[in-house]
Amino acid sequence: MTETTERAEAAMSDTGAERASTRLHARDLRLAYGERVVVDGLDIDVVDGTITGVIGPNGCGKSTLLRALGRLLQPKQGQVLLDGKRIHKMSTKEVARVLGLLPQSPAAPEGLSVADLVARGRHPHQAWYRQWSGGDENAVAEALEMTGILDLAERGVDELSGGQRQRAWLSMALAQGTDLLLLDEPTTYLDLSHQVDVLDLIGRLHDDSGRTVVMVLHDLNLAARYADRLVAMKDGAVVAEGLPHEVLTESLLAEVFDLKARVIDDPVTGTPMVVPVGGRRASSPDKGHTHPFG
Amino acid sequence: MTETVGSTRRASAPKVPGRAPLRLGPVSTVLRLRPLLVLLGVLLVLVAVFAVNIGLGTYPISPARVVTVLFGGGDHYDQLVVFTLRMPRSLTGLLVGAALGLSGAIMQAIARNPLASPDILGISGGAGVAATATIVFGGGSGLGGLLAAAGLPVVALLGGVGTAVVLYLLAYRGGIDSFRLVLVGVGINALAANATVWFMTLGGVNDAGRATVWLTGSLNARGWEHVVPVAVALAVLVPVTLIGAHVLGALQFDDDTMRGIGVNTIASRSVLLLGAAVLASVATAAAGPIAFVALATPQIALRLARASRPPLVTSMVLGAALVVGADVISRTVFGDLELPVGIVTAVLGAPYLIYLIVHRYREVRT
Repeated sequence: MTETTERAEAAMSDTGAERASTRLHARDLRLAYGERVVVDGLDIDVVDGTITGVIGPNGCGKSTLLRALGRLLQPKQGQVLLDGKRIHKMSTKEVARVLGLLPQSPAAPEGLSVADLVARGRHPHQAWYRQWSGGDENAVAEALEMTGILDLAERGVDELSGGQRQRAWLSMALAQGTDLLLLDEPTTYLDLSHQVDVLDLIGRLHDDSGRTVVMVLHDLNLAARYADRLVAMKDGAVVAEGLPHEVLTESLLAEVFDLKARVIDDPVTGTPMVVPVGGRRASSPDKGHTHPFG
Repeated sequence: MTETVGSTRRASAPKVPGRAPLRLGPVSTVLRLRPLLVLLGVLLVLVAVFAVNIGLGTYPISPARVVTVLFGGGDHYDQLVVFTLRMPRSLTGLLVGAALGLSGAIMQAIARNPLASPDILGISGGAGVAATATIVFGGGSGLGGLLAAAGLPVVALLGGVGTAVVLYLLAYRGGIDSFRLVLVGVGINALAANATVWFMTLGGVNDAGRATVWLTGSLNARGWEHVVPVAVALAVLVPVTLIGAHVLGALQFDDDTMRGIGVNTIASRSVLLLGAAVLASVATAAAGPIAFVALATPQIALRLARASRPPLVTSMVLGAALVVGADVISRTVFGDLELPVGIVTAVLGAPYLIYLIVHRYREVRT
């Protein structure tokens, strides 16, 4: 983890503000569902080779931003650029060869096997006459192995546990073989141990193959641990972005989440860790300097 | 993690369990034994019922002899009876069944819903309204009536395709939600049924009678003029849909996932839905709205093949076997009284529809 943080720091330091290499970025985005504007005037650069965590309270536009970055939502104004081209003008198949995404709650039909699900990730590389090439087979086998579900390949997706199912979907996105991955809350509905499993897996993918990952995460402590960079959003705008310890500060938590909390060092990784003050049992006698609540 | 799983695999086993490759030059696909065997079995059933159906009549011919004649044997009289007199009826049934089976398989795959079929969603009904209107308002029994009769398949085709377009537009909200598609379709179907009855009350007794026969779905007195349009439609649309089948496999997820793997959802859905509507309308034009075939066939094929979506070719062959088989039943079970084939498929299909509604399709969500 520290190694990747260093890499991110290196990526940042030789940049100044603007020069960090970025294949995916957005300028002056306005995103809306019908008349309801969710995001307005947003700029973002996804730094190549990093894991970016997008955090923010419910309804701040995190998922909406991710959908726009993944060309699922057409901006009302502004541009999403992938390798310098307007992503919404590119053919969706062309995009799918470079950028993979995992929606928040993907749905698969009943009776579909894990192998068949993961093989669908090869769609952008296939044609009607070329549906299972050697390249497809290798990519799918590798994706299944990487997520540790090769032995579940012939099971139905509907027979899997939540954690296994999330791995299957992640495998599908991996089999797509893209340099960029957008993950919308990859740990939803998982218990903590499976959340850590999935995030470890994502971290490993990034470490092994230098993939660029953008993920929306709810858990701030896990986001601080697994992301090289954090983007904090509120009311459809980016409030802060940078390294986890730059973003996750007590004042930002108050501003963005309306949360009174202390930020300490994570005893395991040294990354920032949020400890909410809350109401109940908040004044412990051994922490004399605890900010009084009320 | 189970990194060691890979090392225990035999060298001959496919790298991905359950997906053995079949490759020839640039062409590659997954070899699946069970669906292939099912297809073969269904083909045999089709040949059998086809031979039995052709053998039926005032001059009975045994199925074995029918097969001989079909392969060029038999005497001159047998050949005349088989090819000239009886072939059009059975062939119409075969082609209509194939078109309905394929149409239903495409629609159910697109909508991810076993209730989505041209007869439930009102496409056959739309063809029926257009046909009834033509019969009733087409000018009675004079020259206008003749013209109307000649134009009936075309009118039915337009009615069906037009209904499909309306259905698509009404159900579309930035994407196609399968539940909304079925609801809108059921509504359109009810509307079509009422319009049909209304038109019939406006027409004379003779017209209403003719319309009723047509609306039941019948293979009686079918000639080559009924065979040709369906054959042409199938010749054009079968290759198109089989090429599109690759996309159909990707079309079984939610919209975001599908677009994520590079599927142009709007274009591919529109093309496939239009193709399915044309198939169903052409079939309806040739033999009237034969009920339940398009609904039941893809689901039976799916269960036989143990697939996650209706297999196209198998649904097609099974649809053909079902219609020809129903024709055999309609001509034999009640002695001299010959029922329209649509009544037999309806009697067989109605309990199946109830079963489907009771065991509502489940969709997996993480």
